[in-house]
Amino acid sequence: MNREDFLMFENNKDLIYFDNGATTFKPKKVIHKIVDYYSKYTANAHRGDYDISLKVDDEYESTREVVRKFINAKNTSEIIFTKGTTDSMNMIVFGFMKYYLKKDDEVLITKTEHASNVLPWFELEKELGIVVKFIPLTSDYKVTLDNLKKVVTSKTKVISLAHVTNVIGDIRPIKEISEYAHSNDIKIVVDGAQSVPHLKTDVEDSDIDFLAFSAHKMLGPTGVGVLYGKQDLLEVMHPLNYGGGMNSFFESTKELEYKELPLRLEAGTQNIAGVLGLKEAILYLENIGMDKIHEYEVTLKKYLLEKLKDIDNVEVYNPLSESGIVIFNLKDIFAEDTSRYLNHYNICVRAGNHCSKMVKDEIEVKNTCRISLYLYNTKEEIDKLIEVLKNSKNIYDIIL
Amino acid sequence: MDNNLRREIIVDNASNPFHKETKGDDFIKANTHNESCIDNINLYVKIQDDKIIDAYFDGEACAITTSATSIMLKNIIGKRVDEARKIMIEYYKMINEEEYNEEELGELNAYSDISKQASRKKCAILPFQTLEKTFKIYEK
Repeated sequence: MNREDFLMFENNKDLIYFDNGATTFKPKKVIHKIVDYYSKYTANAHRGDYDISLKVDDEYESTREVVRKFINAKNTSEIIFTKGTTDSMNMIVFGFMKYYLKKDDEVLITKTEHASNVLPWFELEKELGIVVKFIPLTSDYKVTLDNLKKVVTSKTKVISLAHVTNVIGDIRPIKEISEYAHSNDIKIVVDGAQSVPHLKTDVEDSDIDFLAFSAHKMLGPTGVGVLYGKQDLLEVMHPLNYGGGMNSFFESTKELEYKELPLRLEAGTQNIAGVLGLKEAILYLENIGMDKIHEYEVTLKKYLLEKLKDIDNVEVYNPLSESGIVIFNLKDIFAEDTSRYLNHYNICVRAGNHCSKMVKDEIEVKNTCRISLYLYNTKEEIDKLIEVLKNSKNIYDIIL
Repeated sequence: MDNNLRREIIVDNASNPFHKETKGDDFIKANTHNESCIDNINLYVKIQDDKIIDAYFDGEACAITTSATSIMLKNIIGKRVDEARKIMIEYYKMINEEEYNEEELGELNAYSDISKQASRKKCAILPFQTLEKTFKIYEK
């Protein structure tokens, strides 16, 4: 749907882009917003008293309100602009958890998490002596409340999970987990990188404590993302950056005071163009409707899975996951060779372990090809992919 | 080299690689992850008195890396470290489109066109980068 809104399709007539889990194309409205900022009202935010600077303030702060509404947070002060999901996750772990947790406290993650929901915890484990444990998954790689309960102990203080995982594409029952977590005095952190772009997000309903997501995976620009945290938790979060924009005053006597939320956590000039682009991306998604987007992706995915069944030498590893992600291999062909073969026909898929290097412990395959769908993909594109995969017997003639 | 022959050599070595087997502590082991892609091979080399008396590899890699490793092993077993390094130098010259000695390389000449695909160059040199790692360990 809406392919006419994307310049990438205008400029690359035959391109089939199935790597939306990595990043997404940007609609003209997003690009124009960024160009407008750089060509019509370039100024810093929260600095000047002149018209163009005040306009930037309005645009920047109104984005916070757009984000708040989009994820249904209570206050705009709970919305912090960051560089992206990784940045947000590091702020949660090193700005909050580092002071909240103590030695021997346990943090639960899974082996299908993205590196940004693994490595900060591993580092904190080394630094603080907390213990990072893995929630066992079901045979189809899901997290269930029953499995979660098996590893929760009196020392469990945090559960940190992707809402949708970036390799398997399973959707976690976050609301249910959150309810259980809070009844046991456990904080819940959600990596929303693969869910916020595709599903309706409601932080009040799911009652999660923290949420991290990136603009570029949801039609927005690269280099900008969001950290959501409940007000009382963000109030005690330590900034990881100190400097301009986040202080109220400081004196040579070393007397100083930092600003209130959210600015206290946004030191330095922010990615203003990126934030403004994010606003347009959210408005664009809302205009279509998140439920409609999800429904469309599910329809496409079902169509893709049905078609893949017709090809003997294709093995799909996650047929039961509910999101628009399909991981597969051609029999006896290394994933990277398959993705190069598809590239020959202008079809973009991702090959590898997709930044989730522990997934191999679960699916027993180190590398796969990943198709991740989005609203602008079509059944015709899937038909082309299927045709190319059906003819893959000559793969080495093509890639060598 | 004729295009069909070149492809045949690569596909043969990718499908039925030479000495693809995991070895133990009596071998020098080195691993090189290719930074830009997902090729991941372990090389096992046994060196006595500067002579490579045996070598194997395991791991997961694309057709180019797997076949180039297979052919490299065929070429270096039984040679001295300095002789293997000579092959390595000629191979790098070929990959970088410089003048090189074809006779030194044998089946490795199958990769003479690889420089046309920049992204595949890294796959083609991975086995030799890993081999050099094992030499460095030996020389320590």
